[in-house]
Amino acid sequence: MSAVQTRKLIVLAAIWATLLLAPYWMIPLGGYTALATRVLVLGLAAMSVNFLLGFTGVLSFGHAAYFGLGAYGAGLTLKFLAPSTPLALVLGMLLGGLCGAILGTLIVRRRGVYFAMVTIAFGQVFYYIAFQWSSLTGGDDGLRGFSRQPIDLGLFKLDILSNANNFYYFVLFCFALVAGAMAFILRSPFGRTMIAIRENERRARFLGIPVERHIWIAFTLSCFFMGFAGALYALVNNFADPRGLHYSQSGDFVMMAVMGGMRSFWGPLLGAAVFVVLQDYLSSITVNWMSFVGLLFVLVVLFFPRGLLGFLQRSKA
Amino acid sequence: MTQLLLFNVTNGLIIGAFYVLMALGLSLILNLSNVINFAHGGFLVIGGYIAYTITPYVGFWGALLVAPPLTAVIGLVVERVLIRPLYGRDPLYSLLLTFGMAFIIEDGTRFIWGPQGKPVTIPAFLAQPLSNDLFFITGYRLFMVAVVMIAVALLFLLLRHTRLGIRIRAGTLDLETVAALGINVQMLRSLNFAVGIYLAGLSGVLAAGQLGLEPTMGTGLLMPSFIAIIVGGIGSLPGTLVGGLLIGVASGLTAVFLPAASEAVIYVMMAVVLLLRPRGLFGEEGMMS
Repeated sequence: MSAVQTRKLIVLAAIWATLLLAPYWMIPLGGYTALATRVLVLGLAAMSVNFLLGFTGVLSFGHAAYFGLGAYGAGLTLKFLAPSTPLALVLGMLLGGLCGAILGTLIVRRRGVYFAMVTIAFGQVFYYIAFQWSSLTGGDDGLRGFSRQPIDLGLFKLDILSNANNFYYFVLFCFALVAGAMAFILRSPFGRTMIAIRENERRARFLGIPVERHIWIAFTLSCFFMGFAGALYALVNNFADPRGLHYSQSGDFVMMAVMGGMRSFWGPLLGAAVFVVLQDYLSSITVNWMSFVGLLFVLVVLFFPRGLLGFLQRSKA
Repeated sequence: MTQLLLFNVTNGLIIGAFYVLMALGLSLILNLSNVINFAHGGFLVIGGYIAYTITPYVGFWGALLVAPPLTAVIGLVVERVLIRPLYGRDPLYSLLLTFGMAFIIEDGTRFIWGPQGKPVTIPAFLAQPLSNDLFFITGYRLFMVAVVMIAVALLFLLLRHTRLGIRIRAGTLDLETVAALGINVQMLRSLNFAVGIYLAGLSGVLAAGQLGLEPTMGTGLLMPSFIAIIVGGIGSLPGTLVGGLLIGVASGLTAVFLPAASEAVIYVMMAVVLLLRPRGLFGEEGMMS
């Protein structure tokens, strides 16, 4: 095994050890388990955005819509359909992914800023639907009246509602599944093609790659991942919020990805951790936290455009 | 019924006029610099609050003259200091930067002027309705539409007949060639940005007289302006003009029959346009990809 491979394995083991032990080291540091769960879910969302942004090079600025759709899908399932957590996750993912697949066909031919504009505008459609359709979604107040259900494992039931640690490990398990799927796709020939499109779209086209179809598939996949993350988020809060679909939420996700490092697989998770902890802290000490978040955007763009991981790798080299 | 219809169409046209002013500024900046200015609504709010602050000293007419250029100067500084370093980079970065600035501006205005809405006093003779039957057509509304029309006409004259305007249009098509011809592209981008922000400031002053001022008012106008651009066709300013009026009237008309859908209808229009004519009503082939 080469030195590079060994180092990669060590890093990977360190990441998973950190995640597995999070409930134990977070509390002495002044955190709480629910915060770790939130980081994990939002990190997954940021990784899904980055699947498109960092690895296909397509700028979607409306991904919060599919996140929110996942949340509403899960919430509505638990409230009206069946008290089953796995079913809620699956249906939430399907709702986000299928809506993404349909809209993707309209969006996929745009590039650059125009892609961003059209994705923002379409994302807002779902925001308005969630906001206006009060009888189903609860409108401005959000969707309430559901809660995550125990997981039936045959031999015993896993209580994820009142036991924060159990729930954290359940979310971590889901996170591992999706992150594994993402890594698998990125290592497949399809994933290599995505990167080829990012690096040089024209050359990829000349090689005979159907660029539009690949972008559509990548977009749809990332919407499915996003829907899944959204469904998990509904379970975290036992609540779905229309503001989760708003384009400002999309901006937060893109920011997490950029802040952590767009070119790396784990960057967005790091970005989400920093972002969530910072926001949690700022909103507890000042009412003007919006200014500070805005300032963070400006500073990251001007001084750390490669994100934290990009910055570290640069200074090491 | 006729009156209700007329009322809503007028409303729609007036809202549409706002969209047009906002969208034209956004469109100018987008076309030449490839920057989606998320802070455009923020500049509108700044224009409005500047007008509110100086009205006691210079009156409404003075504010109408002074506030937009002041806003443009602020815009110029922002462009110089923050946006210029990003021109060579992925458009993602300017998008994120202006997105963050929109937060700062909204929070900043709330910090300086407070979260409550502020009224801007308009001259008494403009506040009167023109007749009892058409109670909704106040002098101010007519005045607003007139100002927007004059501003749009001047903008198009500027673009067609002045050296600056011709350079802006040429730069939209092919900035590299324009640079190769020895034109200072940085300066061109700055001036173009300032013109765009001037329009945002102007709509801020006009909106302040009609709706009063709130720190969040810019955000609500931003999304329809995006859609006006997409519907009209990216890259085409006349398209933006038509798109803005169209979605204004459409949402006004929908408000008569199905009030809940008055905001959704503009998104439906966008989807239909993108399906049937992906480049937008007046867009040129290939501009959007």
